[in-house]
Amino acid sequence: MKATTWVGKDKVKVVDVPDPKIMNSRDAIVKISSTAICGSDLHLYHGYIPAMREGDILGHEFMGEVVEVGPEVGNLAVGDRVVVPFPIACGRCRSCQQGLFSVCENSNPNAGFAEKLMGHSPAGIFGYSHLTGGYAGGQAEYARVPFADVGPLKVPDEVPDDQALMLADIFPTGYMGAEMCDITPGDVVAVWGAGPVGLLAAASARLLGAERVIVIDRYPYRLRLAADRAGAEVLNYEETDVLDALNELTAGRGPDACIDAVGLEGHHGNAAMYAYDRAKQAARVETERPFALREAILACRSGGVVSVIGAYGGFVDKFPMGAFMNRSLIMRTGQCHVQRYTRPLLERIRRGEIDPSFVISHHLPLKDAAKGYQIFQKKQDDCTKVVLKV
Amino acid sequence: MDLALLGRAWADRSGDRRRRVAVTTAVIAGITAVDVVATLRAGRARRARRRLVRMELAVTVNTPASEAYRFWRNLENLPRFMTHLESVRADDLRRSHWVARGPAGRSISWDAEIVDDRPNESLAWRSLPGARVPNAGRVRFLPAPGDRGTEVRVQLGYAPPAGRLGRAVAKLFGEEPEQQVRDDLRRFKQVLETGEVVRSDAGPDGISLGQQLRQRPAQPLSAGSGR
Ligand SMILES: [Zn+2]
Ligand SMILES: [Zn+2]
Repeated sequence: MKATTWVGKDKVKVVDVPDPKIMNSRDAIVKISSTAICGSDLHLYHGYIPAMREGDILGHEFMGEVVEVGPEVGNLAVGDRVVVPFPIACGRCRSCQQGLFSVCENSNPNAGFAEKLMGHSPAGIFGYSHLTGGYAGGQAEYARVPFADVGPLKVPDEVPDDQALMLADIFPTGYMGAEMCDITPGDVVAVWGAGPVGLLAAASARLLGAERVIVIDRYPYRLRLAADRAGAEVLNYEETDVLDALNELTAGRGPDACIDAVGLEGHHGNAAMYAYDRAKQAARVETERPFALREAILACRSGGVVSVIGAYGGFVDKFPMGAFMNRSLIMRTGQCHVQRYTRPLLERIRRGEIDPSFVISHHLPLKDAAKGYQIFQKKQDDCTKVVLKV
Repeated sequence: MDLALLGRAWADRSGDRRRRVAVTTAVIAGITAVDVVATLRAGRARRARRRLVRMELAVTVNTPASEAYRFWRNLENLPRFMTHLESVRADDLRRSHWVARGPAGRSISWDAEIVDDRPNESLAWRSLPGARVPNAGRVRFLPAPGDRGTEVRVQLGYAPPAGRLGRAVAKLFGEEPEQQVRDDLRRFKQVLETGEVVRSDAGPDGISLGQQLRQRPAQPLSAGSGR
């Protein structure tokens, strides 16, 4: 089959690899119809997530048709159309049973390795380095899906691929980011990052009853989407001092909740600040450029929630612990527990409450995956989200 | 008698070694009837007592103690998560025959007996006289607080003999014999909770530290190398 593989820093290539096979009795094999490139794939692409190997198949957002099931998969049949959550979760450990699917205790065969870096291991993830299991990803013609009796969600015919595919990661991730804000009437929610996840976090915050949502980014075309499609007010941090503007908009209170939908490769309006972290990151002294996180903490009203859904991999520097501690802030975070959200969010899509596919800007054939990474990375041609068609 | 011997070793040593001997004393006192050194006394490898390897590790599983006990009590299940074992055959309720993967494709086998069996609580075994690598172990199944499943606490000891076999055994268990057992317990948890050892493309044999250091790329195995 054809698959998108990581070759090295800033380089991916579509190559021929063997077809996947059933390895565990709860596996299924899915013939992929649509698969997306994610902002976090760019972190792998740029080499900021450790433990990539040349030849690793990328991609954790995919859907398609079940073509084979293992003997223990009773809920799926060949021919079913499914979307697959990105965290691999057994459904039977205590974490899974508490709904914490992205920290499944059994799905990462490299747990010992992850523990050395993180204390305890997170779940396995498709196409997301050897730190999270060394599972082949879904930017390919076929994928093996472990614990297929737990993760994949059957998609009704009337829901198109573009909408259903967003359930693999970014819509649940954005939604969880908003849900962690414990939104009550009158709340103002600020979102750093108008990438696909930030846009869907903003839209979700509106769905959950936020009075006002403010989205912060530097790309005018993305801010336009936030205003037009997610009902948000927008701030361009290259033109405005964000902290001043947020205080102005909330008459000095600060947003009740702040969502970091940027993660480890942030940009900063202040060139010196950007250069400082970029240099440390390049020297691998620091693995992250946490501008959004720092600013979200400083902006948040005292006692408010900082919700972190942008991806981090290692250590951050200059964390404003004084502000965080002295102002009674609450931080909530996590890789999304996607399995918890797929059904209710599919229902919201079917009821017409939201169409998450508004974030998709490009469709390309799988064979052009390398081009997709390039235009997404460089934000060419007003790129927000690339879907690869197989 | 054997505790006295360890006491002498304690007096002779200092620093790290002294701490290790102290832990060994405690564990052997804990294992009581399955004291490896006692096993050794009956065996041929008298000198091996100096190289006693012991460890104590634990994992929490999301099943009742009775279920975890029942799975372990059927000793023939052990090779499903202890990868260095080829097979265990239960001869009767007490005696069993164990075969371990040896170096260079040669296997090592021995007989063992269960010396203490408290249903749903604990199980202790030791190798019978004649084993080339005398060994003993105890596993306890303790209900974790607040309905958090079962704490499975394992004590293991073995005494690699001197000479070539000793070096081969040391190689088999690697530089970190504890890591091997830790991986065994992770697999035990996987098998008990999910039904199987979990495999990935980069790790088709499931968890193993060695494999984590020398991973193949995360792409499907070629047709010829499939399992
Ligand atoms: Zn993603
Ligand atoms: Zn689990």
